[in-house]
Formats: sequence, structure tokens, C-alpha cells
Amino acid sequence: MTIVPINKISNSFADAVADIPSGASIMIGGFGGAGGQPTRLMMALRDLGVGDLTIIGNVAGISKTTGYGWPYHLDPVDQGMFFESGQAKKITCSFPVPGTTNPLSEIEKAFREGRAEVDIVPQGTLIERIRAAGAGVPAFYTPTGVGTPVAEGKEHRDFDGRTYLLETALSADYALIRAQKADTRGNLQYIGTSRAFNPAMATAATITIVEVDEIVEVGGIDPERVETLSTYVNRIVQREAGDPMP
Amino acid sequence: MNTSTKPGGNDPAPRLDRAAIAKRAARDLIDGSTVNLGIGIPAMCADFLPDGVELLYHAENGILGFKELSAPGEGDPNLMDAGGSFPKLVPGMAFFDSVESFSLIRGGHIDVTVLGALQVSRTGDLANWIIPKRGIGSIGGAMDLAANAKRVVIAMEHTARGNTPKIVEECTFPLTAPGCVDEIVTDIAVIKIDRVSGRMILRETAPGWSFEDVQALTEATLVVDGEIVEIS
Repeated sequence: MTIVPINKISNSFADAVADIPSGASIMIGGFGGAGGQPTRLMMALRDLGVGDLTIIGNVAGISKTTGYGWPYHLDPVDQGMFFESGQAKKITCSFPVPGTTNPLSEIEKAFREGRAEVDIVPQGTLIERIRAAGAGVPAFYTPTGVGTPVAEGKEHRDFDGRTYLLETALSADYALIRAQKADTRGNLQYIGTSRAFNPAMATAATITIVEVDEIVEVGGIDPERVETLSTYVNRIVQREAGDPMP
Repeated sequence: MNTSTKPGGNDPAPRLDRAAIAKRAARDLIDGSTVNLGIGIPAMCADFLPDGVELLYHAENGILGFKELSAPGEGDPNLMDAGGSFPKLVPGMAFFDSVESFSLIRGGHIDVTVLGALQVSRTGDLANWIIPKRGIGSIGGAMDLAANAKRVVIAMEHTARGNTPKIVEECTFPLTAPGCVDEIVTDIAVIKIDRVSGRMILRETAPGWSFEDVQALTEATLVVDGEIVEIS
């Protein structure tokens, strides 16, 4: 084995996702909407063309048809792209469809046509399952979902007179996340409401790939203000300056 | 159950509009509370706070302490609320990730959430995430909020299309959370739910609406406990 200096920086979005195989499970960070979404990594994965993917997201595919979270006069991009392209077979998320069915979102189309399995998880349970995976906790109890379809088939247990559900950790092969700034070691900082699912997903995947607006040298991020530790980050790709995509 | 009346048809008087529903729901929000408003009528509560009331607004995507929104066409995609709108940056605001955001909710730190509903049962069961015939729906933060906020207020129109009752004996739609709703504010009534006794108490009616008029559009049995006053 040859020991080489750690270089986490990929030269292109295509390079950063090039080894993702068909059948992979992929977390996609952000909340839903443009902020915090790893849009360029998603487009590179779509262009890579691999199939049979399992996507793990949050508000997953509603921006294209509703404009959710997109302030500009750009065509919104969302996780529905992997269902439009036929690459994804399943999504686990909290919010797969908007209120309206006119027009149908790509995920709802795929669901109605029997092309996609949609696993709908309460948002707080979803993020805690991801956090748990990253933190080495195999399962946890939550009060959310008791007495609803979410509880079906799950262990129930009472603590201090209240009933809770056992929910299990959720990991993935890859996490595609978005941060504002990385140092060359992979320490990350976020901006505004772009955090959302990004920091937890960074901890819960075998390979974490981060799309950033800016890469700085080691020392360029105040150690008091590191939000995601470099240990979790495997690859970093910097956007082109002035990229019009939010 | 009378489902023959149509809004503006056989109604004894006009129903309140959406803004008036929000205004009435906003009246009960206590100064200094940490509040999460759902989309639609609930979000409109922010426009009708009584004088002197300041709330700390929370949104699931990781923001606390936002106020007014940016003008249409402006706004920063990295400064969003959970409805996909863009608040302005204001002093005292805080940003955080989804682990923290749902620790806040699940941990019982949200004083009040105002949500919409498809159905509410007499005992306070809430259904608001899926219409069964559609086959797919979105939970988002609704189950966490409904199950864990200290107080759950529903702000909605009293009936669905065709005057179909939304306030029912038992929900027929899949639940968001059982036994969670404290109060319902509609376009014709304010109803308190006493979950201990399983009673729905009619507290207020829209001008020109009687107890019987409201009961006729409500599948669940309403009771009187104290004076019924006009929604003002």
C-alpha cells in the first residue's frame, strides 16, 4: 500500500460521483428548495446515468412543479429528476408530494405508474434515524407516529406513562451534501437555513461528497466555528465562481 | 347530519373568510410563546397578532425568530421558512440543523402549533397528511408537531367540498396524531376539545350562526359548557 497525502478535492462534479454504482443508496442533503441542496452533484449523478438507486431526502420532489424554495426565475431542480430519468426505484423522505396534483410531480407520476416505492417518514423521525446511524445508535424510541400508520409493525414501549415507537438508524452508501465553505482538510461551514439535513447526512454515509461555494486553506476556518468535522468528509467539489444556480 | 346547505346558499349568515379565521386563531397566541405555524390559514396568523404580542416563530427547516417576509422576487434561498418563503434577516434570529430543529419539537419546547386539518375527531384525533384516494401524501413535520407541541390549534374551514363535515366522531382518514387537538377555529365556530372527558365544547359562533346551525355542519356531537359568544 502506498501512502499518499490526503487529497479530498475533486476536480469536477462528474469526477466526484464517478464511482457511484447502480443500486446505491444515496442521501441528498438540504431541506427542499434551492438553499442547501447539492444541485450540481445531483445533476452530475443524473448525467452519470446509473440506475436502481434508492434516494433518501426530505422535502423531495415538489420544487419543479410548485417553485417551492426557489426565488429566482430559473427552472427549479429537485430530487424528482431521478424519477423523471428512471434512475431511482425508491425514495425515503418526509414530504414527497405537494398539495396540488396539477401538474403531477415526477415522484407522484413514478408512484402512480408503479415505477417507484415511496417510503414516507415523519421528518423528526427521519433526521433522528440519520443522526443515530452516524452516532452509532442502532435504534431509539420516539413518541412521534404512535397511533398512526407509521407505527404499524413497530415495537411499542411505555416510559413514564407515555407510549413510544422503536425506530431504527438509517445509513446510506453515499451522501451528497452542500456547504458554504470547506477547508482543504474537509472541515465545513454552512450558511443560513442551508444546514437542515446536511450535517447529519454527512455522518451517516460510507462516502460523503460535499459541494461548496468556496474552498480555503487549512486554517481558513475558525476552529471554534467548524460545523461538520473533516473526518466525515471524503470528497469536496467547488462550484464555479458566479454559478447562476442557487 | 345535514349536508344540504351550501356556503352562501342555505347558510344562515356569511361564513368568515380565511383572514378572519387566522385573526381569531391569532388572538389566543400568548406573548413570548415559541410558535410553529403550518402553511395556509395558520401562516396567516402572523399578520393578525394583537397589539403588544411578540412571538418567537420556529420553522422546521432550522430557523427561529423570523418576522416579515422579503418582497416577492427578492429573498435569499439560504434564508427560507418551512413553507418555502424567504423571511428577512432580523436581529436575534437563529439558524440550526434539522437534528436541533426536531429536538426542539419532539422535546416539547414548542408552546403552540397552529395547523390545518382534513379531519378532527371529537376526542382530538387529527388527520391532515393524506387523502386516502390519492394514495400518497406528505407528513413533513406535522406528526412531530401534532404529537409534541404543548398546545395544538387547528385553523381551517369548517367543512370540505359539498359541506362534508371535517369535524367528525371518528376520523376515517389516516391519523397524524391521536388525541392531540386542543382547539379548532373555523369559519363558523370556535370549538374547545376537552380530551379528558372526550367532549367537544362549542365556545363561539360566527355572527348569525346558532348552536344548531353549527351542529348541522358538524358530525361530532357538540356540547354547551358555559356561554356561547359571537366570534369577534
